[in-house]
Amino acid sequence: MEKIFGRSKGLSDVPFSFCPGCTHGTIMRLIAEVLEELDIIEDTIGVSPVGCAGFSQEFFSCDFIGAAHGRAQAAGIGIKRALPDRIVFTYQGDGDIAAIGTQHAIHAAARGEKITSIMVNNAIFGMTGGQMAPTTLEGMKTTTSPYGKDVSVSGYPIDLPRLIANLDGAVYVAAVSVDSPKNINQAKKAIKKAFQVQKAGLGFAFVSVLSTCPTNWGVSPVESLQWLRDNMMPVYQMGELKVTEEVKSL
Amino acid sequence: MEKVLLKGNEVIGEAAIRSGCRLFFGYPITPSTEIVEYLSAQFPKVGGTVLQAEDEIGAINMCYGAACTGSRVMTASSSPGVSLKQEGISFSAAVGLPMVIVNVNRCGPGLGGLGPAQSDYYQSTRGGGHGDYRTIVLAPSKAQELYDYTMLAFDLADKHRLPVLLHTDGFLGQTMEPVVLKERPEAPETDRSWVVDGAKGRKKRILASYSLTNEIGEANNLRWEAKYKHIQETEQRWEEFHTEDAEYLLVSFGTTARICKSTVLNARKKGIKLGLIRPITLWPFPNDAFVPYKDKVKGIVSVELSMGQMIEDVKLAVECKMPVELYRRQGGMLPTEHEILTFVENTFNLSAVEEV
Amino acid sequence: MMDKVILAGFGGQGVMFLGKVLAYAGMGSDLELCWIPSYGPEMRGGTANCSVVLSDEEIHSPVIDQADAAIVLNKPAYDKFAPRIKPGGVLVVNSSLAKLDEVREDITVIQIPATEIANEMGNTSIANMVSLGALIPHLNLVDLAKVEKAMVKLVAKRPELLETNLTAINKGMNYQG
Repeated sequence: MEKIFGRSKGLSDVPFSFCPGCTHGTIMRLIAEVLEELDIIEDTIGVSPVGCAGFSQEFFSCDFIGAAHGRAQAAGIGIKRALPDRIVFTYQGDGDIAAIGTQHAIHAAARGEKITSIMVNNAIFGMTGGQMAPTTLEGMKTTTSPYGKDVSVSGYPIDLPRLIANLDGAVYVAAVSVDSPKNINQAKKAIKKAFQVQKAGLGFAFVSVLSTCPTNWGVSPVESLQWLRDNMMPVYQMGELKVTEEVKSL
Repeated sequence: MEKVLLKGNEVIGEAAIRSGCRLFFGYPITPSTEIVEYLSAQFPKVGGTVLQAEDEIGAINMCYGAACTGSRVMTASSSPGVSLKQEGISFSAAVGLPMVIVNVNRCGPGLGGLGPAQSDYYQSTRGGGHGDYRTIVLAPSKAQELYDYTMLAFDLADKHRLPVLLHTDGFLGQTMEPVVLKERPEAPETDRSWVVDGAKGRKKRILASYSLTNEIGEANNLRWEAKYKHIQETEQRWEEFHTEDAEYLLVSFGTTARICKSTVLNARKKGIKLGLIRPITLWPFPNDAFVPYKDKVKGIVSVELSMGQMIEDVKLAVECKMPVELYRRQGGMLPTEHEILTFVENTFNLSAVEEV
Repeated sequence: MMDKVILAGFGGQGVMFLGKVLAYAGMGSDLELCWIPSYGPEMRGGTANCSVVLSDEEIHSPVIDQADAAIVLNKPAYDKFAPRIKPGGVLVVNSSLAKLDEVREDITVIQIPATEIANEMGNTSIANMVSLGALIPHLNLVDLAKVEKAMVKLVAKRPELLETNLTAINKGMNYQG
């Protein structure tokens, strides 16, 4: 019998260990497929952060290093500057890249570092048990905003792709979601482009992927997808936020 | 061999180039800035890369990434900047990454001043960041040693898979002295089976420091402990100056050690049998240096540019068998050779000794 | 044998360069040497200064407690460094910018109107070289030939300065107060 679906070669044989309904697995699978399709698995070095996204180092079949909280991009830049012909990507949660490591995101983009950064935004700190992140929505209850996030105290959700898109060194910026088959396909296209950009050496490529966290949101896996659509999508600008002419002609 | 006149900080840069280092990640801070400036001018000529990072944290983590590929890499900073780097140094030690970190020590705490200091001794020798780890620390006292020890630092880092700290100060950094640009010593054979450079024709590798279980955590700690013990047994370095017949010893490193040499010579002219032990490795501290003098010497003075930090290691090294006193200047001040001698004379009641 | 020399003046008077000339003169004759820019508290107070230690044996302490000689190019530098000369030492004072009421008896004080001499040469910025000329005969380890050799190296990129500087040094050497 012909095998029509299997594990991507970009993934290792370690099974995912995420909570039910978490979309980390979907996003990692998309990246793995892209690595396989672009035939770059053996050339790729991934950088994992601290947080749930940190497990990524186990699940991919390419080389990986684990960075300190927020420092994945800085570490990735170190690799890329040492080995410019390799493909380097960071896989980071919103707490990692949009809170403790924001400075590296801004400057990686400003310098046009030839790396690919994937941000998984679930509007909360997942690993540590559901604390407020800078991406947490107004009124959202977390363990550090138990009465709902008060923006007069904690500020507004930070839309990192919009910020990054303003910087000249960022050549491809997209915000996607994996809440439906259609959106999953679009997300894969964006991720693929972000790697093609690096292969072509064009500049910094950044993809933000909206993700669920049913465990810490306190909703069921199925409800979480609808929650994402109802609450996150109106706040975070979606689609391709920046595609330079060079990237268009890829 | 070429002999040149360079500022101490520039000497470090030149030695890095001649050690085969081609990657430097840094952030300017006085009094270390000439290092990044020198390399910014010289690296492009040899195909090297200087990246001025967004901050010290970025710089050390770029070193972390570059070191994962097995490339020789360096960063340099001064005290407040080195404080910022500590998280990255802890991670680098945990993963076992060779890199050279230069601390051109300025006085502190806080913003402090630009004057020379040795007040980062604890930070340098006790691991500095979180967790239980050590870095090898080399303390040059003159320009030629800035050159030689920078080269040594790269080799020791590779040999032991560990960050190596070069502990210098603003005085050494700004002073110009002639330096012989010796050829790079033959690099030690090093194991490269751990580097991450793309899993081509081999199994994937992961370089990370998270221990999933406490059992793994303890096993890691025991492995590191064994490595540190091995380094303590094999890498102690020091210089002795007029110690053979010494009745009293000065212990000092870096800038103050060379001042102490003048003190020793002056003391000898007055008939005082003074010697000097100059730790070259601050970690591992050269305990072995003190063994022959433990039961012989009447007193020791630790001469430091701090509130007295190394003195604890000196006391441990001699097992408190004799009085160990402290002479220190702080806040960027340097002692003169004369004031150190006066202190020795007063402390040990030696003023009655006849001039010879 | 050693020469511990302090060089001081306003910023812009070429104090650091003066130090470099001495340092390169030492370099050229394989002496041990240290060129030390002002550091710590000496950086403040309106004067720029550096010091040079030349020696025919290893230099241990580079810290100059008592100097063998000094060139001071203005009054604040004189006030600050005259007390730092060891008895029997030499002090060259740019008398164009430092009028002295009374001077130390236990050292040799050479007062030379270096700025005026430089102005006569049409180049006020070489007062430093005029002063250096006055000091050279009093140094143990450096002579005119060594300074000339160092100068050739130091102004290699601007050879037109070579003759001007050497003339200024000669004028300083031959000045009769």
